[in-house]
Amino acid sequence: MQPGIYHLLLISTALFFIGVYGFFTRRNLITMLMSIELILNSVNINFIAFNKYLWANKLDGVLFTIFIMAIAAAEAAVAIAIIINLYRSRQSIDVKHAEELKW
Amino acid sequence: MNGSTIIFYLLAALTLGCGMVAVTTRQIFRAAIFLLFSLIGIAGIYFWLDYEFIAAVQVVVYVGGIVVLIIFSIFLTHQAGEQLPKQSLRRKLLSVLASVCGFLLTIIQVWKYSFTKSAGTPVEPSVGNIGRRLLSANADGYALPFEVISMLLLAAMVGCIVIAMKSPTAVVSKENKAQPEMVTIDQKEQKILVEEEIGEV
Amino acid sequence: MPNVIILVLIPFLPLASFLILGLFGKSIFRNTSGLAGTLSLFVSFLLSIYTSFGYFFEYGKANGIYQKLVPLKLSWLEFSNGLSIDMGIILDPISVMMIMVVTFISLMVHIYSLTYMKGEERFSTYYSYLSLFTFSMLGLVLSSNIFQIYIFWELVGVSSFLLIGFYYNKPSAVAASKKAFIVTRFADLGFLIGILVLSFYSGTLDFNTLIQRLTSPGSGELKTAVTTSFLGISALNWGLALVFMGGAGKSALFPLHIWLPDAMEGPTPVSALIHAATMVVAGVYLVARLFPVLALSAPEVLELITLVGVITALIAALIACTQTDIKRVLAYSTMSQIGFMMFALGVSGYGGSNGIGFTASMFHLFTHALFKALLFLGAGSVIHYVHSNEMKDMGGLKKHLPITHITFLIACLAIAGVPPFSGFFSKEGILLAAYEHNPAVFWLALATSGLTAYYMFRLYFRIFWYKASQQHKHHGEGGFAMMLPLILLAVGAAVAGFIPFGRFVSSDGSLLTLPFHWLFSIAPVTLGLLGIFSAMVLFKKENGKADQISSFMSRVYKLVYHKFYVDEIYLFITRKVLFSMVGRPAAWIDRNIIDGLVNLSGATTKAVSERIKVIQSGKVQHYGLYFLFGVIGLGVLLIYVIKF
Repeated sequence: MQPGIYHLLLISTALFFIGVYGFFTRRNLITMLMSIELILNSVNINFIAFNKYLWANKLDGVLFTIFIMAIAAAEAAVAIAIIINLYRSRQSIDVKHAEELKW
Repeated sequence: MNGSTIIFYLLAALTLGCGMVAVTTRQIFRAAIFLLFSLIGIAGIYFWLDYEFIAAVQVVVYVGGIVVLIIFSIFLTHQAGEQLPKQSLRRKLLSVLASVCGFLLTIIQVWKYSFTKSAGTPVEPSVGNIGRRLLSANADGYALPFEVISMLLLAAMVGCIVIAMKSPTAVVSKENKAQPEMVTIDQKEQKILVEEEIGEV
Repeated sequence: MPNVIILVLIPFLPLASFLILGLFGKSIFRNTSGLAGTLSLFVSFLLSIYTSFGYFFEYGKANGIYQKLVPLKLSWLEFSNGLSIDMGIILDPISVMMIMVVTFISLMVHIYSLTYMKGEERFSTYYSYLSLFTFSMLGLVLSSNIFQIYIFWELVGVSSFLLIGFYYNKPSAVAASKKAFIVTRFADLGFLIGILVLSFYSGTLDFNTLIQRLTSPGSGELKTAVTTSFLGISALNWGLALVFMGGAGKSALFPLHIWLPDAMEGPTPVSALIHAATMVVAGVYLVARLFPVLALSAPEVLELITLVGVITALIAALIACTQTDIKRVLAYSTMSQIGFMMFALGVSGYGGSNGIGFTASMFHLFTHALFKALLFLGAGSVIHYVHSNEMKDMGGLKKHLPITHITFLIACLAIAGVPPFSGFFSKEGILLAAYEHNPAVFWLALATSGLTAYYMFRLYFRIFWYKASQQHKHHGEGGFAMMLPLILLAVGAAVAGFIPFGRFVSSDGSLLTLPFHWLFSIAPVTLGLLGIFSAMVLFKKENGKADQISSFMSRVYKLVYHKFYVDEIYLFITRKVLFSMVGRPAAWIDRNIIDGLVNLSGATTKAVSERIKVIQSGKVQHYGLYFLFGVIGLGVLLIYVIKF
């Protein structure tokens, strides 16, 4: 069967929930960050798929993908800066050691 | 089933399989490498869809920037050969349940929905077209978001430096540890901007 | 018409000086705060002279009758259409007279304090408090409505509290300031209720409207106020009596007088300003402000005022004869004189020549302010010299303090009612009004005025004669800044009686000449001279006669010396009756029932939160899971259950 929009959406959904699963089960902040990257990528696939199969006369999906990538880059950089800072202050990047929110 | 379809399924399998391993393996470095392959698989899907520019950006930004950044931070924060701590079984089951439920819900809805194609003449997603759209200031141009994103990147850069900067009381020996990722951030941001400027030409 | 800006500046200059000295006094005006305060008040004084000149001689009269002008009226709090609290300025003879008195006495005290309080740690604070007091007092006398007067009334109370407790590291001063505050607060509660009653029945807070509504015989407001009664007394009488209660508290009338003698713990110039000349006459001023209502619609309350006034005058005069602290003697004499002013209002009628009592009362207020401020400042000068308030440390000072001696003598002659000093004229008017109205009051007043002469000259001889001159010459009499106010006030106290006061102030604004009969004056003057003479016999030289007399009637002496045990009665009532009968049970209820309820709700909340705080784990993944389950649940709900 010729792959179409449904296939792409299936891939993106699967990737999204793989990311979600990783986000919930990982205890290491860096691997959690990786899961978030997967989630963002699945969104990108969605945009591209819609642009390709439904709105071929437009480019907005592509442009949104580019913006998301830029934001993802910024997000990753800030997140890693925070992780490094956290590691410096408590010698661990386990999410268990970053739960000050409860106080 | 022709060759193109086979390639698509291979790419899909690469993406999902590597993604799966990336979130389950207990070796963090291995997780980063599998993430890398998963992202490359996505880039391949973009190629397969004839979106070469996006595919190239995907490779440069994710593979060349973010994953490298992640690997650097792994080097900074982990001992070699260290295994990641195990998560409790209960949590794993709960997460699987949540993910599977969410997946099924979404997929069922997607399957039930019949998409309608718009009837316009297709636009070539070439670098030139994308660049013109991105930087034109007329009604459907993206010049304003482009500028906003550049401000965001600047803010992120400043923020990273401030956050990762050593506090005056920190030990001096860690000075050189803080350096690398800042350089990476700068480089990566410049890369993105350079990419977008290339697109304009 | 009066210039509104000038009028507003009169009270606001002291306010500005209070703010500036209070905020920056310790840093910027460290050495010049006294001068700054004095200067601002001097300007204020000049402006009030200008205003009063304009009022009395240019625009105040219409058809020969002084008008009640309201040159400024700002709507401040508007509750409903008819009811709003305004801020305004009223100009009528008594308010104009009062701003003159307040600014003048305050100016004298400011100048005097330049030397007297010199070297004080909190010099600038002292001046900022003085400015605050002056501002509040000016605001009080210029208030055009009864609520505004209440606001300033309380401000006056606060600044009095601050000034009495100025030496806050002295326990007796702290206790005195608390006592003054609590007693006047208690009285002010009555005042507030009185205001509410009056404004409820008259439907207004504005003085002019209120007076007009409650005095015109046909008005509906007056009819309801008179016919509604509570405990057999009409609402109007209740309202006015409660307002008078506030006035009695501030003016230290019996039985709310107990704070005034203790208030002498404050610095002596403060006693001169607040507890002799200005604040304590606020009650008199208030009664005078509402006088038309009292005289025309509520003569019963006027009787009450007469009674309270004359009792206060007599009792205070008796106590003054036995006290040994010179400031306390002066305090009781103040009380006595305020009693005079009060019953003068009480025996007065409204309008024309019936209003002699009113005019005489205001006249006495005016002259009393001058000579009592002079007495206090003179006493301050004595205390400054001997560093003690007690009579036993004094005596034979007439050589050492010549200017104080002369000015003090003038003040004593004035208060004793010896012609031609000012007190003679005003007291004469009061006695005449009392004589025409109520002979019993007249005889009591006559006796009191004899006592006044006696205790004032006892004080005078005890300070300046009594012993042979002693050789404790630490320093001189105090500088020019202390002598100048004494001299100015002495001149005022000597000649103020010749002012034709009736031409300025009368009950209904018309011109009045205070009647004057030589024959009538014989009795009070003779009695006064008799008092002076007996004081001279007993105290001019140190002899045992006074002690013999006091031991001869030791029980009476003791009773009077202990101020008729009024303080002790208060203590008994508050401590034994109120604390144990009301306070203890209330405290028990508070501790066990009310606190119990509060604790119960607290404990419940705590128990519940102990249970549910587990959810707030601070673990971001937990939050994410809850979130995802929530989204899925919501999705299922919307898609399959509600079929959105």
